Amino acid sequence: MKELSEYNLPEDIKYTKDHEWAKSANDVVTIGINDYAQDQLGEIVFVELPDVGTVFSKGDEFGTVESVKAVSEIYIPISGEVIQINEALDNAPELVNQSCYDAGWLIKITPSDSSQMDSLLNKAAYMDMLKG
Amino acid sequence: MEQPGIGGLKFNEPEIWEKSRKGRCAISLPKPDVQESLLDTALTADAPDLPQLSELDVVRHYTRLSQWNYGVDSGLYPLGSCTMKYNPKTNEVQAGRKGFAQAHPLCDDQFSQGSLELMYALEAFLAQITGFDAVTVQPAAGAHGELTGMLMIHRYHEKNGKQRSKIIIPDTAHGTNPASASLCGYDSVKVSSGPNGILEPCAIEAVMDEDTAGIMITNPNTLGLFETHVREICDIVHSKGGLVYGDGANMNAIMGIVKPGKIGMDVLHLNLHKTFSTPHGGGGPGAGPVAVNKILEPFLPVPRIIKESDTYKFISDLPDTIGRMHTFYGHFGVLVRAYSYILSMGAHGLCDVSKLAVLNANYIKERLKKTLNLPYDLPCMHECVFNDEKQLPVTTLDMAKRLLDYGYHPPTIYFPLVVKGAFMVEPTETESKDSLDQFIEALETIAKEAMDTPVLLKSAPHIAKVSRLDEVTAARKPCLKG
Amino acid sequence: MRYLPHTSEDIESMLDIIGHKTLDNLFDTIPENLRTKDGITLPDSLSEWDLNAHMEMLAKKNYAANPYTCFMGAGSYDHYIPAIVPYLISRSEFMTAYTPYQPEISQGTLQGIYEFQTMITHLLGMDIATASHYDGGTALAEAALISLRNHKTASTVAVSRLTHPHHRHIIKTYLRPTRFKIIEIPYNTDGTTDLKALGKMDDLAGICIQSPNFFGHIEDLERIRHIATAKEAMMVTSFTEALAYGLLKSPGSFGTDIAAGEGQSLGISQSFGGPGLGLLAGTTKQMRNLPGRLVGKTTDTKGRRGYVLTLATREQHIRREKASSNICSNNGLCAMTAGIYLATLGKIGIRKIAQLNHDKAAYLKAALTRSGFTPVFDSPFFNEFVMKVPENFRKKRTDLLKNKHMLAGIALEPFYPELENHYLFCATETVSKEHMDRLAMEVQK
Repeated sequence: MKELSEYNLPEDIKYTKDHEWAKSANDVVTIGINDYAQDQLGEIVFVELPDVGTVFSKGDEFGTVESVKAVSEIYIPISGEVIQINEALDNAPELVNQSCYDAGWLIKITPSDSSQMDSLLNKAAYMDMLKG
Repeated sequence: MEQPGIGGLKFNEPEIWEKSRKGRCAISLPKPDVQESLLDTALTADAPDLPQLSELDVVRHYTRLSQWNYGVDSGLYPLGSCTMKYNPKTNEVQAGRKGFAQAHPLCDDQFSQGSLELMYALEAFLAQITGFDAVTVQPAAGAHGELTGMLMIHRYHEKNGKQRSKIIIPDTAHGTNPASASLCGYDSVKVSSGPNGILEPCAIEAVMDEDTAGIMITNPNTLGLFETHVREICDIVHSKGGLVYGDGANMNAIMGIVKPGKIGMDVLHLNLHKTFSTPHGGGGPGAGPVAVNKILEPFLPVPRIIKESDTYKFISDLPDTIGRMHTFYGHFGVLVRAYSYILSMGAHGLCDVSKLAVLNANYIKERLKKTLNLPYDLPCMHECVFNDEKQLPVTTLDMAKRLLDYGYHPPTIYFPLVVKGAFMVEPTETESKDSLDQFIEALETIAKEAMDTPVLLKSAPHIAKVSRLDEVTAARKPCLKG
Repeated sequence: MRYLPHTSEDIESMLDIIGHKTLDNLFDTIPENLRTKDGITLPDSLSEWDLNAHMEMLAKKNYAANPYTCFMGAGSYDHYIPAIVPYLISRSEFMTAYTPYQPEISQGTLQGIYEFQTMITHLLGMDIATASHYDGGTALAEAALISLRNHKTASTVAVSRLTHPHHRHIIKTYLRPTRFKIIEIPYNTDGTTDLKALGKMDDLAGICIQSPNFFGHIEDLERIRHIATAKEAMMVTSFTEALAYGLLKSPGSFGTDIAAGEGQSLGISQSFGGPGLGLLAGTTKQMRNLPGRLVGKTTDTKGRRGYVLTLATREQHIRREKASSNICSNNGLCAMTAGIYLATLGKIGIRKIAQLNHDKAAYLKAALTRSGFTPVFDSPFFNEFVMKVPENFRKKRTDLLKNKHMLAGIALEPFYPELENHYLFCATETVSKEHMDRLAMEVQK
């Protein structure tokens, strides 16, 4: 397990208290789990993702991430409809460990209310939460 | 002190189909004495692709496989919460008697009096030992018993006119507890144990309400500690109309000392493959009888056994029964072994079992606590929980794997969840002081290795047939058949 | 007592280290008001020799203590068990071992169960088989629950009335606290499930049909597959006589989604109904939905072949309240037994034994027909069939068991009230022509 200062937490994205991240670009929000989450889970063996087209409300459980010894539910940071899921994770769930913000993204959604992004945590706020 | 773990002649043995050669057959085929009767070819197919072997192929294969295993007969098996005590061999003789082994379950009651008498007597013994009013021996395992008990609680509330939606589950509970509750539609309300590792009544009081069906409590709990406030907790739950489910997995600590049925519990399951010496079989079969008080008796699964003068009968016409849990009457073969064990021990014997089980655990606790961190330095029951705090960065897992090299099965690791890096030791009463001393010495040596040469632990085990296995790939790319 | 090794010296020195005077002090933390005052009352302990005498006496009260011929099935079958099976399974490294959570010293159990899983996939024609469940009935209940949980809308499972009555009862028991429902599919005059009636049922999550069914007949799995597909329901095929698939087309070959049944026929003694062996098998798609333990193949740090319990995150010890089942133990030793038995039989043996079962049953049916019994249902059967018998048979059957050591079938009326004087007979490889001729003669008297 890493030390707090060792976690990779990009500045330009938002975080949740459940360790998901969300990045908005051109009306599409990409969502994943952050470096802290993947480190805590250990080697990820399976990712369960929803069907494209499913509509979620902020805070809903939208899938699970499994390591050998644990399962973690993942909760959607903002409301929206799933438009794409990362199918590469089917064969290579380890992408979430290796590159959780990039190749290891989980889902892309069209948000139903973009302003919800504002209530998510920025890096500083997220780190405060982790320390506390 | 010489430790048992050394190397030895180990055999490699391929997967069984690799020894298959077309035309071999290991079974003696009965001589056909009637005409062949062919079914329509639309219904039949080529035989399944099973391996074709000689009898010696089969014998050698499984003999070699067995030699890679470790059983209670091989050495100490201090698995916390599993009660890996010695499995008496006379029990095997009893279960193998033709009258039992070849009995058809649906043969008329009058021709099955031996089986019925045994089950009836066993029910009575278990009721007596646990202090309850009635017992069913139908559940096939502890978890199956939990489901049976929870279904009865569910039915009870239904009959009372108001179904409830929650069940209180302590943080030290075994995973089967909340899983069993979920199967009955109950949401688990988790309560934390207090700083002394046991439940505090105020924590229960805070969550107990009239929408809570009850509580599932293990006593002694999975930290090996006796829940001293259990009576108060039962009273709190009862006062709001709830029921108390007892997980009796740890019964080995309290036989003849405490009767769960007399301290407020309404229903309790037992694990015959733990407390009552039936073999674990590499994962089963076990048996999970359930004992209940008068309140829950009407809901017991059918069929039940009654005695009319000297004859035993099955009855099924019980209007409030939850129904049937097993195709027949449960794991009868396992029941025979437990029955034999109880007859062999007698009341004094079973009381001695608990006293000596608790003695052994406390002895280990006292002697090992200078070596391994003991999160709860309190008198324990039949098991005690250490962790790896003193040895980090060498972990509980590393110590467990290194124990294999010394010739021991490791204790239970990473359970209960409330202790980080848990290392739970349950020696059982069938281990002698010498056996414990040897084990303690091995752990002391390993703790020293952890400081001086941690690489020995990190790369352990060295003498087992295989070294640490890649569980990640096994889960990522499951290969579940050959 | 020979299982308790402590001498008084041992106890004294151990108590000394702990800091107690007597063994009773070990329980000082238990409040006085919780301790039992009157101890436990049980019969005096028996020596090994007295135990033998007592158990011999008890066992003799079962008819099975004496040699007898079994013409009864109904979910528990009398088959020959080769000597090597009990011999190998009694090895204490198999019998006294725990669940293989420490795989490095459990490769025997793990490879054995992996091989068992593989052989079961061949037997049933499925992609994946679990490491076993308690019995056929509970495995079927789990299968029904899988179909119900998987379906997005439907909450009903259809179960054939020709599924073993006790299996149906277990499903009912398991489903009672849930929002799920069961609807029963009636049967036809030919002794198979009424698929026309099934065709009229809607909104089904799963369809559960047993084949061979309780009456012994082989169901039309092809047609059931079509119906299940059309209704977007899961097809669950169950069975009580696993050896049937040494001869019959496997459930998997028809596209069954889940196969669930009883494996007691695979080298496990009847033992008054338990322990048996629950078999559960699914398609690759079902992999993460199947409850119970699974053994997977992998490699160790040196690249050597090895086996581990895998996909454990489905199970209760990790998933806890979100687990789809609470199952912990499987019937490990029974699964190993079945593996040894199937390896002993092999491809040649299983076909010959299965065929022999059918041959014997066909012969018995014809013989009993000649004796005046009436065959009831027409369709093809495996090793069980139903006959209508004369009124006096009930009494005669008891007499046959008591005095002639023949267990002649089971009455269907308690399970199917409309079938008065109907009996279910079975013939396996254990009954000889002589036995069958004798039965046919005795029932005529």
